[in-house]
Amino acid sequence: MARVAVTTVALCSGQFAFADAARLGVGHAPTEEDLRGLSVMVTTDGDGLPPGSGTAAQGKRVFAERCASCHGPVGDGGDGPALVGGQGTLATPKPKRTVGSYWPYATTLWDYVNRAMPFNRPGTLTHDEVYAVSAYVLFLNDLVGEKQVLNAKTLPRVRMPNRDGFVSDPRPDVGK
Amino acid sequence: MKRRRILQMGAAMAGGLLARGEASARDLGRPLGPYGERSPFEKAVRWRRESKTPEAGSSFSPLADSNGIITPSSLHYERHHAGIPNIDPATHRLVIQGMVERPLQLTVAEIKRLPSLSRILLVECGGNSGSEWAATTGATVQRSHGLASCSEWTGVALRLLLEEVGVKPGASWIIAEGADAGRYQRSIPLAKALDDMILAYGQNGESIRPEQGYPLRLLLPGWEGATHVKWLQRIVVTDRPYQSRDETSKYTDLMPDGKARQFTFAMEAKSVITYPSGGQNLPGPGQYELTGLAWSGRGKVERVDITTDGGRNWQPARLQEPVLPLAFVRFRMPWKWDGREAVIASRCTDATGYEQPSRESLIAVRGVNSGFHYNGIKLWKVAADGNVTNVEV
Repeated sequence: MARVAVTTVALCSGQFAFADAARLGVGHAPTEEDLRGLSVMVTTDGDGLPPGSGTAAQGKRVFAERCASCHGPVGDGGDGPALVGGQGTLATPKPKRTVGSYWPYATTLWDYVNRAMPFNRPGTLTHDEVYAVSAYVLFLNDLVGEKQVLNAKTLPRVRMPNRDGFVSDPRPDVGK
Repeated sequence: MKRRRILQMGAAMAGGLLARGEASARDLGRPLGPYGERSPFEKAVRWRRESKTPEAGSSFSPLADSNGIITPSSLHYERHHAGIPNIDPATHRLVIQGMVERPLQLTVAEIKRLPSLSRILLVECGGNSGSEWAATTGATVQRSHGLASCSEWTGVALRLLLEEVGVKPGASWIIAEGADAGRYQRSIPLAKALDDMILAYGQNGESIRPEQGYPLRLLLPGWEGATHVKWLQRIVVTDRPYQSRDETSKYTDLMPDGKARQFTFAMEAKSVITYPSGGQNLPGPGQYELTGLAWSGRGKVERVDITTDGGRNWQPARLQEPVLPLAFVRFRMPWKWDGREAVIASRCTDATGYEQPSRESLIAVRGVNSGFHYNGIKLWKVAADGNVTNVEV
């Protein structure tokens, strides 16, 4: 019975059997378990953002405990880069590139904090804390209100000042 | 016994030289060893700035001490964003997912079963020579150009794996992610992945060094080093770039008008004289051989010209075989130094016809705040006392 069934499948899907044979056939499809350890990846329209939320008011406390030792008490920089200020400086001789002045997407802030911060212990902030700290950094840059709730829906809608500040590669632009 | 004595007498009669040779004892050399080390007389090392966070930063390859075109793995430049992870290849996995017909997870051992290839390829950090934009430029070739290195890389064509998983229509980018603490992430055009990208596990005949991405990394021939994601653990096939931190806030080129260039991937043609170069000394007038390294991220180096009079006259240098595309090319030119002050430089032209520009012409277009992708001509001054220093003209 089983043998008959196999034969039938082979006859009905001959082209797929051929495709299978042409493939390398190494590795296996990842299971739910395999994928569980992989971190969140976020697109600019918010795909991938997990449930959770936070406000700048909540983020202020997290920032003081986990971020301020490198980035300064109000994000003005220390051993780590400044996160605040610089708006209007990009076209000047001394441009100041910060989250507020340079970063084109708020989703990038959430994604980077979640995957790489704090520098000495990445991966230790809860998703709520990442929303809250992101909100606080955006608040320090006057881009959200102190009590504005950021979540998977509202974060991608935060308009960054330098959203349209990037152009594609025009090179070769110098030389013969 | 008797015969030996006769031989000894014969030797003694042959002359005093041999007799003295017998009198000077020679120490036996060191025994065989399991893993080689260089001579204790060789001191060249990578250089890095002092930092409170040495897990994130760069170390520069000592190019002035290099021979040929291969950088020893132990001296290959480093650029890490969250330290060097210690990864057991027995437990490491690569996941390929996203817009694919058949998501796939592979072990390192499984990847090594696939058809392999080896290529000698340059890797250059997008920020190499970043110090040259500013008025104060690198004093040695290590500091000015040391974020570039060249190795033989071994692995599999990434195209092979993308064909295996079946890329869905509409896909145009891949997102590559490392297994370092910061889960370093970059977006790469799918066209590059299907063209010549390598999923590498070997470097210069052995497994990739931990600081170079052990056990798996990407190679993107000719493109900025920061896209060659190390400690690779995941590839997501997608229809857009994810705008990660290191392709927006970093590795973008800010122009004088306040706009920034993004996804400036290819490293343009570049060359530098490594001997004589900053920090070295010529012991006196006479015959020398100028030598250095040239490369282009857009293909093969066609020619290198050298000036020894500050740019008034240029003469072609000899390109030393092998001359490979997207790799370091070693160039050489005999030079009789007359002992007077001389300003020397090299200028590279690649197969696209592009000629390495002067620093002035780069700055005229891009200003001094773009930070990345500097490829200007590098001048060294040989003073009358033989000291070689960095110079701007």
